[in-house]
Amino acid sequence: MAPIQLLINNSPHEVEVDPDTPLLWVLRDKLNMTGTKYGCGMGLCGACTVHLDGQAVRSCQTAVSSVASKKITTIEGLSVDNSHPLQKAWIAEQVPQCGYCQPGQIMSAAALLAKTSRPSDQQIDSAMGGNLCRCGMYQRIRRAIHRAAGEGA
Amino acid sequence: MAISRRNFVVRSTVAGAGLLVGLRFSGPMLLSQESEKAKKKGPVNPFDAYIHVHPDGNISLIVAKSEMGQGIKTGLAMILAEEADVDFNAVSVEQAETRPDIYEHMGTGGSGSTMENFMPLRRAGASVRELMITAAAQKWNVPKTECEAKQAIVRHTKSSRHATYGELVDAASKLPLPDPEKVPLKNESQFDLIGHATPRVDIPSKVNGSAGFGLDVRVPEMVFAVVARCPTFGGKPLHFDASKAKAVPGVRDIFEIPALGKDMYTAGGIVVVADSTWAAMKGREALQIDWDRGPAASESSAILRQSLRTAASKPGKRIRNDGNVDEALPSSAKRVEAVYEFPHLAHATMEPMNITVHARAGEAEVWAPTQSPDWVQRTVAKLLDLPSQKVIVHTTLLGGGFGRRYMADYPAEAAQIAKVVGKPVQLVWSREDDMTHDFYRPAACHRMRGAVNQAGHPLLWSHTITSTSIGAFWGSPDKLEESEVGGAKQMPYTIRNVRLEYSAVPSSVPPLWWRSVEHSFNGFAVECFIDELAAAAGRDPVEFRRGLLVKPANWKPKDEDDPDPARLRGVLDLAAEKVGWSKPLPKGKGRGIASYHSFGSYIAEAAEVTVTGKDFKIDRIIAAIDCGQVVNPESVRAQAESAIIYGLSAALKNEITIKDGAVEQSNFDGYDPIRIDEAPPIEVHILKSKEDPGGMGEPALPPAAPAVANAIFAASGQRLRRLPFQLKT
Ligand code: FES
Ligand code: FES
Repeated sequence: MAPIQLLINNSPHEVEVDPDTPLLWVLRDKLNMTGTKYGCGMGLCGACTVHLDGQAVRSCQTAVSSVASKKITTIEGLSVDNSHPLQKAWIAEQVPQCGYCQPGQIMSAAALLAKTSRPSDQQIDSAMGGNLCRCGMYQRIRRAIHRAAGEGA
Repeated sequence: MAISRRNFVVRSTVAGAGLLVGLRFSGPMLLSQESEKAKKKGPVNPFDAYIHVHPDGNISLIVAKSEMGQGIKTGLAMILAEEADVDFNAVSVEQAETRPDIYEHMGTGGSGSTMENFMPLRRAGASVRELMITAAAQKWNVPKTECEAKQAIVRHTKSSRHATYGELVDAASKLPLPDPEKVPLKNESQFDLIGHATPRVDIPSKVNGSAGFGLDVRVPEMVFAVVARCPTFGGKPLHFDASKAKAVPGVRDIFEIPALGKDMYTAGGIVVVADSTWAAMKGREALQIDWDRGPAASESSAILRQSLRTAASKPGKRIRNDGNVDEALPSSAKRVEAVYEFPHLAHATMEPMNITVHARAGEAEVWAPTQSPDWVQRTVAKLLDLPSQKVIVHTTLLGGGFGRRYMADYPAEAAQIAKVVGKPVQLVWSREDDMTHDFYRPAACHRMRGAVNQAGHPLLWSHTITSTSIGAFWGSPDKLEESEVGGAKQMPYTIRNVRLEYSAVPSSVPPLWWRSVEHSFNGFAVECFIDELAAAAGRDPVEFRRGLLVKPANWKPKDEDDPDPARLRGVLDLAAEKVGWSKPLPKGKGRGIASYHSFGSYIAEAAEVTVTGKDFKIDRIIAAIDCGQVVNPESVRAQAESAIIYGLSAALKNEITIKDGAVEQSNFDGYDPIRIDEAPPIEVHILKSKEDPGGMGEPALPPAAPAVANAIFAASGQRLRRLPFQLKT
């Protein structure tokens, strides 16, 4: 196992793991960055969503060896003080219920807004369709994305 | 002074430590300032929670209630702050350590948290305020009635004097507590917090990844474990070969744990312990196991469905029998019959089951996302041969509960593993484990029979329920119907001849309460069948229901679950008004309604749908809610939205099926809850009410599916009687 260099939230990290290990488990178990969640391990729920060079990806489906040269952003890197417009909107709309899916929801929404500053309902559906919320907070998620877009995320 | 069940007991606390008031949430009202003597009184202290007023005037409420997203911590802080008359932000709610020697009632479920806590907490809060006023009045030597408390300050306006709670707390802690039954409470018009939307305190940590769920527990030296369980219920490993698994990098240990008996109901299996979750999962994949598939290896949903249908056509145990449903009907009567069928369902909480246990010499520490920390404690203590007090349980945040996290199976497995491992070990259930070894909502079949006369009035209502009884499985043979007939027994419509019967059908699929328990199917059967009767009578479904929700002048509830017909009619009317019930809809669209009472709350929901061939879309849902006195309307709304989507996932998509004794669905591909593009807009309307607070975690669920089914009927003429829905063209 050769060490792998990672750039996460602008800080360099070095890990020694099997190169096939999904990024999700490197974050959670090796680096103790537990904001990124495990929900299904199969790319079906979106709880593990992070950004790779700004694109939303499912970290449970991303081998750590494939991200060594990329810029990784996790929920912990979105802001240090809940000041990201999406975080503010999430609080204003009181989105989280149990909260478990929310880091993944917010990361998917952030990637959407970075590309599409004023998304339509349909664009929200297609960008967010991979993120399950078992607590069913979907209309709040939709409202919060519109709110953040209105405030120029 | 001894602790009596009726009186306050007053003790001075250690000087300078502030004021400590114990309270209980059920049974006779009791408050006490804690004392050394009370602490020593014996193993069982009668308090469920403590209020600690600190010398700086801040207040902690120390209570064992699990936060599953229902906003319980916010609600409790609001109630306390309201009556104690302090700023909401001055109150912090702390999760109590699990110590049944101190806290007796620790479960969180049955939508009960606000219901049980409301009055005791108000009285306790008011007692704090009263003590502060008394302390101030004594200090200034003025009559109490001239003093006023507001925002943690007592004022005597006449002499322009004031003192903060912090300044008064020492004196207050030496005073006798007022009688909790007599302490003056605010009246509703004085409420600044109760009934006002208040942002939840748990939310900020849930938008930045810092909120700590069970799976997020990280302790030094910890290892991770997964268990390979037999796919069939009651099966066990015959032989296993771990050589390949041991070769997986990071795998440390592999051993077998036995299945545990019925009160815990674990599958047993082969444990893989590793340095990381991923290594443990890879190790498990590499195991070679021959299973003895056990006694239930031939169970299937197809066969079970037939058994349920057969049982539903036979008489069962009589639960309710008004008049005589076998009475001869006039020849002009129209008869209606329907059979409703319900599959098994998984809870599928977003965070899969998990728990972290550290067994040390003579003690253990547990970090658990659980709805019943005291059961976790007893279970772990038993399996580690420790006295309960030697097991500390930290309750983490829960990534969903829905009834599943009441159970002690995953704690039991983790204790078995921790005993061998000797280090802190996190037991992780993969999504597949979670879905294939859940405790499932019972499968059920309901047969309904009814008739209406020529004038459009119902003559009889006969309801036969059969299900894979929760009571039968968990071992109370005299109470097979206990978690199966609620809501059907209290069928609220005034009909002269009513009968309800119940029979259980055996199944090896372990059943459990699922969100809203039996109301999830009884609400469907009752609210769809009343719609079928309305259609047979040629009458409007709202007007038909209204006419049957009659509250006699001398009405009294028959039991605590008996709904007040007037409150049910109140929400029915509100939902009808808000959806615009009488406005015509274009062809292909339909409107349906359902109104239902459960967990002390009354909820009517109206649905609008568009049907195109075999497809349909829910255009919107209107919910009208009477849940008594509302503490935080924001939480009421959120929980209603949540329960509706949860119910619709079951109505539209989800079903657990059994084949060759095993669950066929293993992840969100086979059991896919509603996603954002399928979620209808939901509009929630809350009725003003002074009644006692009802629950809100569950009661919005039961009316959702029948409202949609009734709307689909209105749009297409098709009655959907089996869940999940499937339309014919
Ligand atoms: S955990 Fe990665 S998509 Fe579900
Ligand atoms: S908030 Fe609980 S799963 Fe989304």
